[in-house]
Amino acid sequence: MSTAGLEVLVSKNITKQYSSGQIAVDQVSLVIKKDECLGIVGESGSGKSTLARCLLALEKVDQGEIWFKNKALHTASKEDLRSIRRGVQAVFQNPAASLNPKLKIIDSLMEPLDFQKIIQPAFLIGTRHQREKTAEHLLEMVELPSKYLTCYPHELSGGEKQRVTIARAISIEPSLIILDEPTASLDVSVQAKILNLLKDLQQHLGVSYLFISHDLAAVNFMSDRIMVMKQGQIVDQFSKYDLFSVKRNPYTKELLHVFEG
Amino acid sequence: MINRLRTTNSVILLMGLFLIAIIIAPFIAPFDPNQVNMANRLKPVSLEHFLGTDHLGRDVFSRILAGAQTTVGTSFLVLAISLLLGVPIGLVSGYIGGRLDRILMRVVDAFMAFPDYIAAIILSGLLGPGIFNLIFAIVMVKWVGYARLARSTVLTEKQKDYILIAKVNGVGSMNILRRHMIPHVLGNVMVLATLDAGKIILMIASLSYIGLGAQPPTPEWGAMLNEAKAFFYNAPHLMLIPGLAIMVIVLIFNLFGDYLRDYYDVKNQNGGR
Repeated sequence: MSTAGLEVLVSKNITKQYSSGQIAVDQVSLVIKKDECLGIVGESGSGKSTLARCLLALEKVDQGEIWFKNKALHTASKEDLRSIRRGVQAVFQNPAASLNPKLKIIDSLMEPLDFQKIIQPAFLIGTRHQREKTAEHLLEMVELPSKYLTCYPHELSGGEKQRVTIARAISIEPSLIILDEPTASLDVSVQAKILNLLKDLQQHLGVSYLFISHDLAAVNFMSDRIMVMKQGQIVDQFSKYDLFSVKRNPYTKELLHVFEG
Repeated sequence: MINRLRTTNSVILLMGLFLIAIIIAPFIAPFDPNQVNMANRLKPVSLEHFLGTDHLGRDVFSRILAGAQTTVGTSFLVLAISLLLGVPIGLVSGYIGGRLDRILMRVVDAFMAFPDYIAAIILSGLLGPGIFNLIFAIVMVKWVGYARLARSTVLTEKQKDYILIAKVNGVGSMNILRRHMIPHVLGNVMVLATLDAGKIILMIASLSYIGLGAQPPTPEWGAMLNEAKAFFYNAPHLMLIPGLAIMVIVLIFNLFGDYLRDYYDVKNQNGGR
């Protein structure tokens, strides 16, 4: 642990076991620094999504510690959790499931701000208390027309829906966004656009990402550092520039081989 | 014919007409439904008595109108009480889960173990004939369906990512229920309720027919069928007319239920919002 404050999220040896006895997350330690994107790559079933849920405190860890900006997440009370979570957001794999089909886009989009009046994002100064203007501004940031505000989710394409969930995630100006396979359910051309958008937003807003994917190419494009997860364990971690180094774990080489081959 | 009836407008029109007829029934009835006139009994259809008279000389048209109020009013009451009882129990059971859910669902299972009609007949038989005992008996067999449906809807929605995100966003349990759960639950429940309305009308009429529901001289379609069966050879219209009334009303409710199901499906562009 070097200078405190630079680390947005720290996890120490977190372990999560399912009631079936299967260990989904095994002794995972990670550090996400300010403005950085940490990538986690692994096959499906490697425990990536469970890890994401643990870090969001949606599931309780069996062992280990999670610190978000030096506040303990693993022991937080309900009230503490509420305030800690004001700095975290998430984007999940399936945009259709991430939006309530019975709510208009504006209502889904504004949920974080509507329910947490305390939050005053810097980039929304001046419009924070005008709901429509705020919503329009958010859609603009993800390159969607404001006419979508009164639409229902089924009227938007998958990529557009994912843009809405991204707009929702940035709306409270979080310190960290956990992106769990954000492009996995989109087609290839849309994937690239979403990744570019995420990268631009990160530079623009100075937010940290935890980017989780099975797609090594996407992880490599997005991340500064990469961790490789296999059967719940972190088997390899390295700076993105060392991806092709000879020192890589055999499993990482295997994953690489899939892309080269 | 049925397909034409299915179109949105005619279904709403039929339902509307029917509801209006029920409300204004006492004003358009040509006779007092309970006025006995022994000199004028078992008369066939005529200009004076549109649908003839029964074995006590009472005007059948007036009794059908008044019976609509009894039958349909009672079924609405049954539905309302079943919803108020079943939906909150299902919501809480599904959302909180754990031990509470297991206890509540075993209670529901116990109620469901009996076939609808048998349970209703036993209950109202034990309590004695009468319209309020009938309502109680039918509510006891019907609320469980709504509890089950509300619970299963909540369980499905609870898994969805937007609920997880709402939790991350600091939306409290009450607000998650109100914003995300109840609209889904109500959509499903309203459809079931409308489809159920037909069945409940049939149940009320059936129990009244065997003498457990509305008591004479209360005009009620099932009870009218019961009274008329002794005179079936001489005056078949006395059975045909209440029977037809029941059939038509159940059909209207079923068509309306289908329409509502389409309406609540947001993805349906034609009927949706």
